[in-house]
Amino acid sequence: MSIVVFAEQREGALRKIATEVVSEGKRLAAAAGTTLKVLLAGSGVAGLADEIKTFGADEIAVVDNDALKDYSTETYAAVLAAYLQQENPELVLLGHSAIGKDLAPRVAARLDAGLVPDCVKIDYADGDFSFVHPVYAGKALATYKVKSAVKIATLRPNVFAAAEQAGAGAVSDFAADIPASRTTLKEMVVSGGDRPELTEADVICSGGRGLGKPEGFEIIEQLADALGAAVGSSRAAVDAGWREHQYQVGQTGKVVSPNLYVACGISGAIQHLAGMGSSKCIVAVNKDPEANIFNVADFGIEGDLYKVLPELITKLKEVTGN
Amino acid sequence: MNIVACIKQTFDTEAKIAVSGGQVSDQGVNLILNPYDEYAVEEAIRLKEKNGGEVVVVSVGTDKTQEALRYCLAMGADRAVLVQDPALGKADSASVSVTLGKLLADMEYDVILCGNQAVDDGASAVPSRLAEKLDLPQANVITALEIGDGSATVRREVDGGSEILDVQLPALFSAQKGLNEVRYPSLPGIMKAKRKELKVVGLGDLGLSADDVAPKTEIVNVELPPARQAGKVLKGEVADVVAELVTLLKNEAKVI
Amino acid sequence: MNFSYSDEERMMLQMTRDFAERTVKPRAKEVDREHKYPAETVKQMGELGLLGVTVAPEYDGAGMSNICYAIAIEEISRHCASTGIIMSVNNSLACEPIKLFGTEAQKKKYLADMASGRKLGCLGLTESNAGSDAANVQTTAVLDGDEWVINGRKIFITNGGEADYCVLIASTDKAKGHRGISAFIVDLDNPGFSIGTLEDKLGIRGSSTAELVFEDCRIPKDNLLGEQGKGFKIALITLDGGRIGVAAQALGIARAAIEDATAYAKERVQFGKPIAELQAIQWMIADLSTEYEAARLLVHRAAWLKDNKLPYSKEAAMGKLMASEVAMKAATKGIQILGGYGYTTDYPLERYFRDAKITEIYEGTSEVMRLVIAHNILR
Repeated sequence: MSIVVFAEQREGALRKIATEVVSEGKRLAAAAGTTLKVLLAGSGVAGLADEIKTFGADEIAVVDNDALKDYSTETYAAVLAAYLQQENPELVLLGHSAIGKDLAPRVAARLDAGLVPDCVKIDYADGDFSFVHPVYAGKALATYKVKSAVKIATLRPNVFAAAEQAGAGAVSDFAADIPASRTTLKEMVVSGGDRPELTEADVICSGGRGLGKPEGFEIIEQLADALGAAVGSSRAAVDAGWREHQYQVGQTGKVVSPNLYVACGISGAIQHLAGMGSSKCIVAVNKDPEANIFNVADFGIEGDLYKVLPELITKLKEVTGN
Repeated sequence: MNIVACIKQTFDTEAKIAVSGGQVSDQGVNLILNPYDEYAVEEAIRLKEKNGGEVVVVSVGTDKTQEALRYCLAMGADRAVLVQDPALGKADSASVSVTLGKLLADMEYDVILCGNQAVDDGASAVPSRLAEKLDLPQANVITALEIGDGSATVRREVDGGSEILDVQLPALFSAQKGLNEVRYPSLPGIMKAKRKELKVVGLGDLGLSADDVAPKTEIVNVELPPARQAGKVLKGEVADVVAELVTLLKNEAKVI
Repeated sequence: MNFSYSDEERMMLQMTRDFAERTVKPRAKEVDREHKYPAETVKQMGELGLLGVTVAPEYDGAGMSNICYAIAIEEISRHCASTGIIMSVNNSLACEPIKLFGTEAQKKKYLADMASGRKLGCLGLTESNAGSDAANVQTTAVLDGDEWVINGRKIFITNGGEADYCVLIASTDKAKGHRGISAFIVDLDNPGFSIGTLEDKLGIRGSSTAELVFEDCRIPKDNLLGEQGKGFKIALITLDGGRIGVAAQALGIARAAIEDATAYAKERVQFGKPIAELQAIQWMIADLSTEYEAARLLVHRAAWLKDNKLPYSKEAAMGKLMASEVAMKAATKGIQILGGYGYTTDYPLERYFRDAKITEIYEGTSEVMRLVIAHNILR
């Protein structure tokens, strides 16, 4: 018996979510008295094993193959499924990232395994794991048990702490047959420039209908620069065509849990709160004193955001030095 | 070109969630077609309008689900199939994908479209699981779809950007907001939907047993998250409240 | 008795509600404030089949019931009464008389054009000296060879400034009084037609209310609608149906006022608690909701009678009378519940108030409604 973690990398760099999943895998392995095995797949990624060791991996299996240069469901599913069939673990963990969301259910179906997606908490007690997964976009928390021999879960980014810890870290190569993929990557379009990915960001600055105009996002961008933050949006601003949907935070957008969420000109519809209600600290700037967002904000400023934000940006730059 | 759209009926996104006895209560909750599935159905109808063929909408659900399927027929889908069975009462993504996989195995299709997630359990699991059951290539969270000769070009959202992929057909795609603008069913469409075929089948009709679709997961408890308390609203001159906020963020919340 | 919705009623309710919330509502304030005719919305309503709800599919209509029609008008008017009346006039006052009295050729051309939204219609009835006294029309139509020659002025014509077609009521024989009145279909592209005064109104400001001027306006002989001399009857029957539309519009306004005031009362905190917990507010909301529901039952019953080809004139008048008075009351009380905020343009209550008033006036005033009701009871 063991716990297996799929360590996600992109272009040869370990993703932050991978460090979080390995750390949580180690914690659960210790609780269950078992070993943590990490599968690292990609092209030119063998060097990442050292980094994975520092988060407590007992064994690291590396599949380093040109065919795995770009992520494809079929190639990666073949590798992960083959590894799981060899190891027969009790628990398999992935990040609830774009790749994890795509890969975990495909592999789960191949192994006839139960899957709990987007977990915010996993416990081990009385010889069994239980998984907490927010449903209805966080309006409720459901606790799941998995009945199949192999249990698969994906972990919500930014919720589990990455913790450096000792592991044996034995590295070995894993040989897998990699099938031809029926999908071909033609182009990768990177958006958002240097900003952190919305679901991974420590700080998010979001704008809503209260900005009044699409150009209003310029000041949100400036605020985000001062905080090193990602930029999000309410559904109203997306529906108005001011922002692309991939920046939408809420029930029909991204669910985020940063350390700091700054909501500017966002009324706080139940739909939006569902997507950011688990943020550690919420700041709201809104000129409507009745805005619902003030009911959940740790700190609120009642005022015109076009007056408040420039002042705030200046002050923050003094403090953060950005 | 034959297209299958898989749909789920879900709670209205505006619904307030109440929990009683460790379960989510469906009392007085408005049921809707899962918003992401609307994009899937819309895209299916557009593909048909462009290339000809048939759009079949399928779902696993209950009596009430007929309403969501009828809605799809009113939008312009040609026919619908509902799999309904007491053994599917606690269906999870494994149960649904096995059921739909068996239903679709006997159908002819070039494209299968799903919503990329359901707004209730937010699992995003059925599309990939179903693609695996049918041994199809998949592309999830797509925001553009162009049909070519034996293949399709899609744009799909990934972390930090998007990918342009060529996918061999037949294939399964899951729709993301942005893929299209969903039409309303017109009144003539609603009237025509009354006469379109909506077939209800049980597991036995598909040659499946309750064991075949037994869920692999079980919800043992549901609770509401702890309510967030309203914090401090700062009032006064802009310069003063901003200075106070920055101090609070730095010293009290320790987030900057 | 069956008070539940059929599948198609439920679906069209959901569709019109979604459409009204997502498309009509965001434009409503501007439509009102800028006197802006909602051309884009009207086009979309045509595509959705909302401009020919009860017209048969062979004439490009939706082929639905009058109950569906009432539901649809209410949902649209819930967010914009201007849009609601544009829809109501096209359906009830322009399509309906052609549907009932038109020849096959008239239906294929005029009815299909209007039911599909390709063209917009209006009813040319009211004149400066013929309001409630519809028999006193002064506009004349004289046959000259293969054409009718029309002269006269119509006022307060809803959709008048935007319409392509007009169902016109004119006198063909003044000596015969109301038996000398006939109905016509006029293509408003014809020479001899012009638009006169455009009214600046208290409410429903996004709808066009115009004076129609006919000066030797010649239309084909075949554009006589129904029999010559039956125009007065056609007008009265058309108005009976129109009252269901206006009543449904009033229901929409009433519901808007009640829902907005209720939502406000739950949020507005005074003396440490939401004002919804005060009995004074609760009674207002209880009374308004009860009267709204009662009016709605009356209106839907009138629509049901019409669907079942039973007499509905009295019931339509009752529905219109009650629904319009509930709309006015709900808007008045709604503003009261919002207090000072309700009196400002920051909230839509003042718009509901201005829009509600016309429902007590057009397509028969409340006084005429009582006359119709009494006449039906006492005859």
